[in-house]
Amino acid sequence: MENQFFVDSQYLSPEALEKKHRLETDPAFRKSHMEYLPGMEQIESDVCANVLAHMDSYDYSKYTARDVKAALEHESCSIEDFKALLSPAAELFLEEMAQRARLETGKHFGNTVYLFTPLYIANYCENYCVYCGFNCYNHIQRMKLSMEQIEHEMQIIAESGMEEILILTGESRGQSDVHYIGEACRLARKYFRMVGLEIYPVNTDEYRYLHECGADYVTVFQETYDRDKYESLHLLGHKRVWPYRFDSQERALRGGMRGVAFSALLGLSDFRKDALASALHVYFLQRKYPHAEMSLSCPRLRPIINNEKINPLDVHEKQLCQIICAYRIFLPFVGITVSSRESASFRNGIVKIAATKVSAGVSTGIGDHESKYSGKESQAAQGDEQFEIDDDRSLERMYQDIAEEGLQPVLNDYLYV
Amino acid sequence: MQTDTWKLGGQEFHSRFILGSGKYSLNLIEAAVRDAGAEIITLAVRRANTKEQESILDYIPEGITLLPNTSGARDATEAVRIARLARELGCGNFVKIEIMRDSKYLLPDNQETIKATEILAKEGFVVMPYMYPDLNVARDLVNAGAATIMPLASPIGSNKGLATREFIQILIDEIDLPIIVDAGIGRPSQACEAMEMGAAAIMANTALATAGDLPLMAAAFRQAIEAGRKAYLSGLGRVLSRGASASDPLTGFLRD
Repeated sequence: MENQFFVDSQYLSPEALEKKHRLETDPAFRKSHMEYLPGMEQIESDVCANVLAHMDSYDYSKYTARDVKAALEHESCSIEDFKALLSPAAELFLEEMAQRARLETGKHFGNTVYLFTPLYIANYCENYCVYCGFNCYNHIQRMKLSMEQIEHEMQIIAESGMEEILILTGESRGQSDVHYIGEACRLARKYFRMVGLEIYPVNTDEYRYLHECGADYVTVFQETYDRDKYESLHLLGHKRVWPYRFDSQERALRGGMRGVAFSALLGLSDFRKDALASALHVYFLQRKYPHAEMSLSCPRLRPIINNEKINPLDVHEKQLCQIICAYRIFLPFVGITVSSRESASFRNGIVKIAATKVSAGVSTGIGDHESKYSGKESQAAQGDEQFEIDDDRSLERMYQDIAEEGLQPVLNDYLYV
Repeated sequence: MQTDTWKLGGQEFHSRFILGSGKYSLNLIEAAVRDAGAEIITLAVRRANTKEQESILDYIPEGITLLPNTSGARDATEAVRIARLARELGCGNFVKIEIMRDSKYLLPDNQETIKATEILAKEGFVVMPYMYPDLNVARDLVNAGAATIMPLASPIGSNKGLATREFIQILIDEIDLPIIVDAGIGRPSQACEAMEMGAAAIMANTALATAGDLPLMAAAFRQAIEAGRKAYLSGLGRVLSRGASASDPLTGFLRD
């Protein structure tokens, strides 16, 4: 079974529609996804080759219950053990994996759970990624917040008590250039203790500039590590260039960022291979940059505006839990973030096992925090959402729920130095 | 017997249990003070860098000495900056230096720690450097003005006990400052052993934070540390080697 991603909008001109259809049906019409575009920095690194060698040769069907048991008995988890834990054979050992994962989480993080909220400041996008609500052919309400509007949104979020913010944009250099994002970071430093970014990949010197503006963490989702699949999903725009995206975290670290976050979007391709590659991406970069703080997210595909049917296919909650437990056992020291794409009940359960960070008070739309936080009807324009969220708990509610589970919610554990 | 106290930065302490900063909760601090008898509590400055409703500072009871640490620092410059911030926040003059360039094992960077110790000691801080147990480094830290030396027993949070036992013993034997064993102590018996060896105090956090019954484990640590201390003060008895000792002395042939 596959997702049906293509949706035509009646608002597109005949020329635009024709181009869209050619991109969808004619691979020869699309640019190479492995070639850098002008202006994209190329760095020397062996991380990608290492990750791909493991992923391409990964045959998860060969692992048996015996391999899984052995992996769980070993004191430290090797790459081979991790491959066993991600295999279908490990599904029968989910409870044992969860027990082990909880132990490892406790050793490294105690009972703390960090809270943050995303702030989308613009949803313009120059890419055609077929599964994404922001894609340039999707007819949605577009918006880019002015600095005054950003500050207003930040004030509302800060009043709720939130101390960590993740600033997001659609991937459009034209609409949301690096300077615009940098100014937003400077504003964020006034209202929040910790500022992270989830924007289009940029060059090392641009990451350095953004770091100087106050950001210290960079999240880039690779979406899928399967190059062929990636090619068939990212049909147009700079995001189509797979290797430039792969090296984003390394450029961010070279630019002085303290931490980086990684993820595949589960449901796009073979999730076991994508989970393997995501964790190995962390593993090999950590060996090269041992001071860096690393974290993994584990988003699954969600419905978007104009396509309610998009779903994560064979990645059910059970598989997601398996992946998260395997991540924790293999990389006990990394942060694991579980976003509001997942339900409240899943998030309540997974923070007791392996997740160390959850979002709260989430909106993936633009400029709508006032109406969402206060219930007030806003007169101002709002931009549409990137995807539908599942868990809409406020910060206060999330804080309470976590504390009631016997865990310690933490709003900040960070200093900009 | 006289009261057994020890001194640090001009202050006198009775308790030889110090609460570390790794995992924080209200329950942990309560148990550490009430049941483990802690008089010093470590506080990560980066965790104190929060709004009022959440601040750990509010959790700390009166009469407790705050020990801010520089966790999050990746080099001496960052550690110095964090220490100065701690002073501005009103955390006093004590500072535990933690400098890590490794996010996986969180092992301390000895070289950078020496540099930070020198700068902060000159600024009047009571400097407590967390270090990997190396005698040469410990001597450099003494010369740099450290108030104590804090060698790790095993990787932080690992609860693996005295993996570096022999090297900590060398520090205890050779360094004239109090030696506080920090990181990796996972059981009361391990804390007891370190105290028997002559450590001045024990710092722990994860061992309590991840215990089944927090107050009970806190009390167990208190008793173990006191027991180890008394054993050290009394002088340990001899340990028989395997088998009986020879009845005919090897030196029996000596005439005069």
